Amino acid sequence: MSNTAPKLPVSLAVNPRLSSWVRFESDGEVMVLPGKVEIGQGIVTALAQIAADELDVDLSRLRMVRATTAGSPNEGVTSGSLSIQQSGRALRQACAEIRHIFIAAAADRLGVEASALDVSDGTISGPGNVSTSYWELAEEVSLDRDATMGVAAKPIAKRALAGQLVERLDIPDKVFARPRFIHDIVLQGVLHGRVLRPEQARAKLLALKEDGARKITGLIAIVRDGNFAGVVSETERGAETALAALRKDAKWSAGDALPDENDLAAFLKAQPVESTVIDTRTAAAPSQTARTLRRQYTRPYIAHASIAPSCAMAQWSGDRVHVWTHSQGVYLLRADLALVLKLPAENITVEHLEGAGCYGHNAADDVALDAVLLAKAAGGRPVRVQWSRADEMTHGPFGAAMAIEIEADLNAKNEIVGWRHSIWSNGHVARPGRAAKPALLAGYELADPFPRTISANPPQANGGGGDRNSIPLYDFPAWTIESHRLLTMPVRTSALRTLGAQGNVFAIESMIDEIAQLRGEDPVAFRLRHLSDERAKDVIRAAARRANWKPAAKAGTGYGVGFSRYKNTGAYCAAVAEIEGDEDIRVRKLWLAVDVGEAINPDGVMNQIEGGAIQATSWVLKERVRFDGSRITSNSWTDYPILRFSEVPQVEVEVIQRSDIDPVGAGEAAHSPVTAAIANAVFDCLSLRIRKLPITRESLIAAMESPSS
Amino acid sequence: MPSIRFRLNGTPTEVDADPDRALLDILRGQLGVLGPHFGCGSGECGACRVMVGDRAVTACDTPLWSVADKDITTVEGLGNAKHPHPLQRAFIAEQAMQCGYCVPGILISAAALLKQNPKPTEAEVRTALDRNLCRCGSQNRIVRAVLRSAGEMP
Repeated sequence: MSNTAPKLPVSLAVNPRLSSWVRFESDGEVMVLPGKVEIGQGIVTALAQIAADELDVDLSRLRMVRATTAGSPNEGVTSGSLSIQQSGRALRQACAEIRHIFIAAAADRLGVEASALDVSDGTISGPGNVSTSYWELAEEVSLDRDATMGVAAKPIAKRALAGQLVERLDIPDKVFARPRFIHDIVLQGVLHGRVLRPEQARAKLLALKEDGARKITGLIAIVRDGNFAGVVSETERGAETALAALRKDAKWSAGDALPDENDLAAFLKAQPVESTVIDTRTAAAPSQTARTLRRQYTRPYIAHASIAPSCAMAQWSGDRVHVWTHSQGVYLLRADLALVLKLPAENITVEHLEGAGCYGHNAADDVALDAVLLAKAAGGRPVRVQWSRADEMTHGPFGAAMAIEIEADLNAKNEIVGWRHSIWSNGHVARPGRAAKPALLAGYELADPFPRTISANPPQANGGGGDRNSIPLYDFPAWTIESHRLLTMPVRTSALRTLGAQGNVFAIESMIDEIAQLRGEDPVAFRLRHLSDERAKDVIRAAARRANWKPAAKAGTGYGVGFSRYKNTGAYCAAVAEIEGDEDIRVRKLWLAVDVGEAINPDGVMNQIEGGAIQATSWVLKERVRFDGSRITSNSWTDYPILRFSEVPQVEVEVIQRSDIDPVGAGEAAHSPVTAAIANAVFDCLSLRIRKLPITRESLIAAMESPSS
Repeated sequence: MPSIRFRLNGTPTEVDADPDRALLDILRGQLGVLGPHFGCGSGECGACRVMVGDRAVTACDTPLWSVADKDITTVEGLGNAKHPHPLQRAFIAEQAMQCGYCVPGILISAAALLKQNPKPTEAEVRTALDRNLCRCGSQNRIVRAVLRSAGEMP
């Protein structure tokens, strides 16, 4: 016996009890309890494929249970493209062990060797037509035992569903309008709440006149605690009308100063920072630097801009509260609610219901605290709170703005001999449940307020934050990568898809393109020459081949390429963009190749990559959070436009299937390479290097006027 | 309160409400029809689209009085699992969404298009859906689904 048993997958190590993952409670059905939640990406379907494969049951027998602190395993947050990696591996192992336990029990009951038994759709049978099933054995088999890693999961060749196109389990409900979204769940006796928030950033509520609101039919309560104020009403309409009355008569202090939206780099570089050297590499043999290219890149604050306003429900019973939320982490939200309410966590149940796509940490958690605070005044009835569109675009956290400087030392042949990459940015994560103080908006507004969280960055070992993807995958002989995290935060930031990767890859891939062009070298060839990882080269070659790289030049058309491996440890993705440019830029076509290792649901991977590519095109061509001196002004779809159907490029995706390699997530793989590919295509078309996102008519004009900035 | 009558998914319906209220409020509130989604409240995102007669409108900024005696179709009225509308079948076949919150409004815009133009080109589909926002980036799948269903329309 070896004592070096393989380690449990991380989620299984935290939640080793097998019954916390799978239960056989009703006949013919398998309850599966993932700790990850569906955020509109088909994660739950991929997890169901894994469980069905490993247990040998039909997919239709699985009942995927929504995550709740009342019984689901604690898998932290559903983010970082880690769900398949973490939940998938845990579930696969748990199911393998469960199948093994049942086969042993069946062998006892049937009096045959375990090795002679097989499972087919939950029926366990062996020689001589003997058979039983998971459900017949369920009463005598206890799954209240811990995973051991004593059993190996099935070899890939024996998996029937993984790697197959499977229709997502949630889609029929969504096309037939069967209630599934939190917005559409109607609780018995539900009341409606709305919260009053200032237009000026962080303004203080000086005076609130309640008379107007008190006259509105159906009003149940006006709640005020410091700068937090809200209403509860019998009807949604009543709550909105009462809120409007409160707003009309509310007196606010002046707002805090916001940065100059047109010079974010100057703002970011002038703030107090915490500086970290992320990585250094020293050349074995120093070379002569003939010249140094120094370039600065910026990206703006970007809104999650979920298509649904954030929504939550809460109901108190004595000193216990039940919360319904579309948060990405039910346990993490519970931890912060416990801090705000000064209650033990076990008094709080947090249950997940689907929301619209969130793309990171949006206002889902904030609105949950709003509902909990308002429900205190509801006499035990549930209260549903839904934010307005303007609040969604103003008060939720944004993806952080970034300024990135790269200095590339070139030798006499214009080969890269040194590379310095410096990032100025707020931290990219201020998720709830991670610190001694809560990170929920209303918590900052109470009469006895909690300090505002200053966003932090995850360590490089977890993919980094502002520094995500800042270490080049290219074989440069020397580099220094530095991150300067702001210690002030006038604009609230937290996790948005890719964290800092989109900004960093935009910078690196733009610089690479510029150097290749300076050398007169094909940018695909230049990249391939500087990479040694074959999987990296394969995605670049595949995307280039799909695009017929490089198509013949046509006036008004340009082509560009971009590459990254998400977090430097996740999915490989390369993109080629075809754009048309004159006074505006139109992205016509994107060709992508992606390698996520084993693609559990290849159509799901393709869907994620297409979606990421289109979302990135929207970020690049349209998106920036706008503000004046003290107010966020991009609070509607008119002021924060996103890409429309007629503007969406054609997207072609090649999934390189590598069944023998553990899967990684696909949701964030495309954003960075697509961003870079578009910027490089703009140069190809117009000979303009745009180093400031978004690429709009204004930025094209600015680049024409000062081409070196 | 005045009483306003219309046909909702084929059923004669009467509501007593302020005629200036938004149709979406009435549908989601007193009528409990939850297919049309609230997204922005100002007719910009299209998640709340319903058909009034053969035309897709944003229910969040359509006043109740304007639909008196009209035929209103919500996504519930297109079809159900037993008798799906060709668009609903096609959206499943093409897996034409990620989160799907925008889908009820998009199905309605597409259904209105197909009523007026049973064999649209891709460009016509994109134009018809241009006032529906999708944040997940599922637009191309959605366009494919609409074109597929147009091929299957009776």
